[in-house]
Amino acid sequence: MTLVVLAALWAFWEAYRALWMATGWTRPFTVDDLTMPPMTDIVGRLFEPLADGQPLLIRNLLDKSAFTMREALAGFALGAVIGFTIGVVLHHSRLLRRGFLPYVVASQTVPILAIAPMVVIWLGGKGLPIWMPVAVIAAYLTFFPVTINTIRGLDSAEPRALELMRSYAASPWDVLWRVKFPASLPYIFAALKVSATASVVGAIIGELPSSIQDGLGGAIINFNQYYSLDPTALWATNIVAAALGIVFFGAVVLAERLVVRAAPEHVA
Amino acid sequence: MTTAAAAVTIENVTKTFAKGGTTALQDIDLELQPGEFVSLIGPSGCGKSTLLRVIGDLIQPSTGTVHVGGKTAQQARVDNDYGMVFQEAVLFDWRTVAKNISLPLELAGWERTRRTERVKEMVDLVELGGFESHHPWELSGGMQMRVAIARALSFDPKLLLMDEPFGALDEMTRERLNIELLRIWEAAGSTVVFVTHSITEAVFLSTRVVVMSPRPGRIAGLVEIDLPQPRTADTREEPRFFELATELRELLRGRTAEGVH
Repeated sequence: MTLVVLAALWAFWEAYRALWMATGWTRPFTVDDLTMPPMTDIVGRLFEPLADGQPLLIRNLLDKSAFTMREALAGFALGAVIGFTIGVVLHHSRLLRRGFLPYVVASQTVPILAIAPMVVIWLGGKGLPIWMPVAVIAAYLTFFPVTINTIRGLDSAEPRALELMRSYAASPWDVLWRVKFPASLPYIFAALKVSATASVVGAIIGELPSSIQDGLGGAIINFNQYYSLDPTALWATNIVAAALGIVFFGAVVLAERLVVRAAPEHVA
Repeated sequence: MTTAAAAVTIENVTKTFAKGGTTALQDIDLELQPGEFVSLIGPSGCGKSTLLRVIGDLIQPSTGTVHVGGKTAQQARVDNDYGMVFQEAVLFDWRTVAKNISLPLELAGWERTRRTERVKEMVDLVELGGFESHHPWELSGGMQMRVAIARALSFDPKLLLMDEPFGALDEMTRERLNIELLRIWEAAGSTVVFVTHSITEAVFLSTRVVVMSPRPGRIAGLVEIDLPQPRTADTREEPRFFELATELRELLRGRTAEGVH
């Protein structure tokens, strides 16, 4: 089915091109090989050298994807742990929840592009690996959905189940790990799916102000500058970046299947 | 006053809920002896579930005292002196049948080998052999309830508190589980407090029935159920069964009529 949709999207792209070029329509924009290169050229560009005498573009982009993936993965893990911890703390204190939640929300309304340079300045050049600041930026985008859904998920434990645990005089720790946490897993995984793609976006954007050339962000900036000469390179990079996001998302779905083996309806 | 021998002693308990100021329980005095099977029966709003929760220290009374086996209700709860069964089985989907039954044992810090042994005993007691590694959603409603009963009895509590445990089941499953519950009660030798709104269920199961009336929740009468033990499917057809059911019905109706008019 996924392949059918892929084929349909491909066909739509080409049909749109053909129609707009044949009629010469200029709205919403003029279609030519610069604005919408043929899909065959975009995919074909992957298998041409980056520049004369250099490795194939796909080879280059896969190397850069690996670099970006490491940033995204570190950011994802960091964000998930921080997000979950904040969620647990805010779940347990109504006062803290009221006090802090507005700021947690506010943190996400500040554009990541405004935060990124500061993080790079704060953490850059301290002997840390070059990708560390970028991972922190990715974590910044990752933690928020995890926090929100952790709170929701922990709240979702059945009142009867909590009453049962109370009848056993169970400790808050036992209630958290044996009842609330398992009950929250479907919610947490829903958040992790959002975070998985967000962490890739965060990593790519985080590379921009830090002038890191080793990742997909660097490649996008670079190919952006040469767009009028080589438009297919940027399109091809976008496809690779999208594929990286899908791989991330798929990994989370797989993890969910393995972890949430409970009632089938729990697995979305 | 509080005799150490009494399974449950409730003295002068009143419960007023802060929200709306409704009086759920008023001046409740009740003493249960060890080994009794006592049903609390009454229309909705009579406070029977509230009374059960007060015994289990899940709700604190506004005034009055509750003792379980001579201890305060809170101490009894902390000491795991009672097991609780709700109307829903409240099983955890991510745990197997065996793991659900062993949950209170894990919380109490039992060793694995001892837990495994006990779970096996309980599975045999509720006749769920072969289903140990099933998950709750793979079981029928009646089987889920048996798991909940096994879990409540796994740590061998002296008292079993049951809040309309068979209310959501169909009539046939309910009658079968009633007989099973009596068998389990005899085998376990514990005291049972059983909330129900079914007159026949109360008569069939109990050694004594507490009839409650609503707004405010009060005890309208106590009825000794002198049907012979052990009770069987035939018990339901004895004349004495109908007499007792009629007596309960009239006690319930009397209070209801007075409340309405």
